[in-house]
Amino acid sequence: MIKLVLLHEKRDLVVPGEIIAKGDYLEGENTFRANDEIYATRIGLVDSNNKRVSVVALRSFYVPSVNDVVIGKVIEVGIRGWTVEINSPFLALLRGSDTLTKRFSPKDDELTSILDVGDIIIAKIIAYDRTRNPLLTVREQGLGKVEGGQIVVVTPTKIPRVIGKKGSMISMLKNETGCNITVGQNGVILVSGKNPVVEGIAVRAIKMIERESHTTGLTDRVTDMVRREKKELNLIE
Amino acid sequence: MSEHEKPLLIKDGLRIDGRGPRDLRPMKIEVGIVRNADGSAYIEHGKNKILAAVYGPSEVHPRHYALQDRAILRCRYHMAPFSVPERKHPAPSRREIELSKVIREALEPSIFLEYYPRTSIDVYIEVLQADGGTRCASITAASTALADAGIPMRDMVVACAAGKVDGYIVLDLNDVEDKNGEADMPVAMMLNKGLITLLQMDGSTTHEEFRQMLELAIEGCNSVYQIQKRALKSMFVKTLEEEV
Repeated sequence: MIKLVLLHEKRDLVVPGEIIAKGDYLEGENTFRANDEIYATRIGLVDSNNKRVSVVALRSFYVPSVNDVVIGKVIEVGIRGWTVEINSPFLALLRGSDTLTKRFSPKDDELTSILDVGDIIIAKIIAYDRTRNPLLTVREQGLGKVEGGQIVVVTPTKIPRVIGKKGSMISMLKNETGCNITVGQNGVILVSGKNPVVEGIAVRAIKMIERESHTTGLTDRVTDMVRREKKELNLIE
Repeated sequence: MSEHEKPLLIKDGLRIDGRGPRDLRPMKIEVGIVRNADGSAYIEHGKNKILAAVYGPSEVHPRHYALQDRAILRCRYHMAPFSVPERKHPAPSRREIELSKVIREALEPSIFLEYYPRTSIDVYIEVLQADGGTRCASITAASTALADAGIPMRDMVVACAAGKVDGYIVLDLNDVEDKNGEADMPVAMMLNKGLITLLQMDGSTTHEEFRQMLELAIEGCNSVYQIQKRALKSMFVKTLEEEV
């Protein structure tokens, strides 16, 4: 019987291949088990929850998952649909029939009049597995072509931090800047507000969250930063 | 070339560059210095200066190279024309193609390629200055760059050479020792399980000498691993300090 040993404290920095725990632990995200030992597979901070040990990755990329809302860019218009770049190892597909209420006919319907190369869309992943590229839909409230605003790209693993506990961070940002902020799970964030100046404040705040995501008391500091910038720009009526 | 005279490689127990037989050349690794790459590393190992950049996982081009059950790993080892005393033709030579292959095979076992089917991970290694042992330094740098790209790995790969020079077993040969010594043996390892992913040798040794060289090379790999680990971690420690 091997006794349980957690070799790293919570929030310790580990590199791939570093042993995190020995014994009867469960392997969480970004870890793997070999015999009785659990190792890290990515650079990140150790996290443990009861018997599950995991690594919060500091370097990662987006892997599609069904029901995720993502923001992507149309890079190709085909005969039956569009190819969309979603900041991930895989390109996503959006079917032409998805955007129409009637039956889709490649002969009569001109896809470029709906979406063209370079258009930014908000979409939801409806199907994805190892054998096929992700399939998107825009047939839901809040999805579809983006008409204006600014795009910020952050490391996908930092998205939970941008949203905050029960959405605390994101709702603070929305309230303070008056911008509408749509967060794609793929790390792409859309900020659209009254004018580019307030959008700029929100963009800088998001960049700050990304840089300092591993520190504590972040919401308060971001609030301070946003208020300070608003004051400097004389935006407080 | 005129009559080539073999220099005296070991004098008073010290090597031609002043090192002891079991000493590693000074090594420095920097992480994340190629902005456009997904991950990158720069290594200075003695006079070797090597840049490694990782792109991916991403869609495979050309398409038919893609595998349905795992990602493909592609490596390009390339020496800059100015990396050696005599200008090297920029086209990939026989040697560079071979090194690209052995470096790929040294890295492959460390990566969870099966996680991302139908994609490719591309590693570009550019030797800016060469002084013997570039394949080892390249492997260490490439593995560091892979970790920086956030690609899930079983373990980091490190590499170090050992060899025989004027009858002595020595660690980490430089160019002069490699060309004039009796044997050179590069070893790449995944240290947490003690797995060897690359082992090559040219020259001749006895059975016993081979055993000693392997032991010394593993010791060298351990030292390299400490430097590599520190380089990766310092990237974040630095950002932490800046913020406080």
